[in-house]
Amino acid sequence: MNITRRQLLILLPAAAVAWESVLASTPEASPNYKMSEHWWGMLIDIPKCIGCGNCVRACQTENNVPDGHFRTWVERYHRTDWPMTESGEITSNPLISPDVISPDGGKEGFPVATDTEGRYFFVPKMCNHCADSPCTQVCPVGATFISPDGVVLVDQTYCLGCAYCVQACPYGCRYIHPEKKVADKCTLCYHRITKGLTTACCEACPTGARQLVDLKDPKDPIHEFLKTHSVQVLKPEMATGAKAFYNGLDGSVR
Amino acid sequence: MSVYKDAGHLFRFAGLFILAFLVFLVVRHFVVPKSFGQYGHYRGAAIGEIGALPVKFAGHQTCESCHTDVLDVKKNGKHAHVNCEACHGALEKHAEDPASVTPVLPDTAVLCARCHTASAAKPKDFPQVDPAEHANGVPCQTCHNPHSPAIDAGGTK
Repeated sequence: MNITRRQLLILLPAAAVAWESVLASTPEASPNYKMSEHWWGMLIDIPKCIGCGNCVRACQTENNVPDGHFRTWVERYHRTDWPMTESGEITSNPLISPDVISPDGGKEGFPVATDTEGRYFFVPKMCNHCADSPCTQVCPVGATFISPDGVVLVDQTYCLGCAYCVQACPYGCRYIHPEKKVADKCTLCYHRITKGLTTACCEACPTGARQLVDLKDPKDPIHEFLKTHSVQVLKPEMATGAKAFYNGLDGSVR
Repeated sequence: MSVYKDAGHLFRFAGLFILAFLVFLVVRHFVVPKSFGQYGHYRGAAIGEIGALPVKFAGHQTCESCHTDVLDVKKNGKHAHVNCEACHGALEKHAEDPASVTPVLPDTAVLCARCHTASAAKPKDFPQVDPAEHANGVPCQTCHNPHSPAIDAGGTK
């Protein structure tokens, strides 16, 4: 690349101005919001999910998620009956290897299932906003972090796009934005929850299968729910401190 | 002083190190963003920037502040817990400027079928039909009021 002295003299102040905007602190968007008073998570009630894909579409609209990439997506599991051959041999274990589909992340719903054998269920997936997140630990430049209110965020002006975090996430919740070339992920609609709104996916869910929860709010119905239901997180063996709580989660879900 | 007689080159080298360290400190002061380290090993101002992104879904509370008539129909029906924008789409622009931004009515043939098309994969207690057999091409809202869809709830609009 050849740059003339004239071009360089124009470019230098432009770069300085751009860098200045990175250095300058932006005031808090919501003056009445105190980060120390919240600890956000999500409750996903699997028996309520009908696989309509409203959450996936709403998330794409709200957050300008590029086509083919997902901040949230829905998987349809089909745990078949135990397959037995005519000679009486069990050939596979449906709990270990269920049939999973997610056409375009479930954005346009799912094909009609006619096979009544076995058991079907939908599993909405998204960033688990882990309290001990592997993705933030591997960032070499401090571009991704857990905010003081428990949301895993990416500083896209600081991210180099090295994709370490994409590999580190055990839930596959991150991707490199095809245009910005930086890591992108669910922000738990941080721009909404700090204004007192719920997330776009929760707002659009017609059955209440998704609920934004604030674990620091003693009045949040999550506390009563956790007392009366068996709730799990995905991959508890990874000790990520995941805060996406699944009610009615099947053992075959990975 | 005889000890330091032949050590001049070491002092020059040490001086060079100190100078380099000072340059490093100065450069660091200008390059590291002011809010870096405010809450942890990241740029604290990023939180405010992400929080300032524009909202697209206004939220049902905003809709209900004007459309109280719809809320009255909806609140006792089967769709009481379905938020407005679950069907009508993101309408923050309409909420900001109702006069110039008019929402497009959703096509019930597509909209209703998304949730209510029968599938063995859906929860058994969720109301579902085979749209072709159930309606035979007649639009859903001919019989059902989308805001309170049960027929006995005064379904016709």
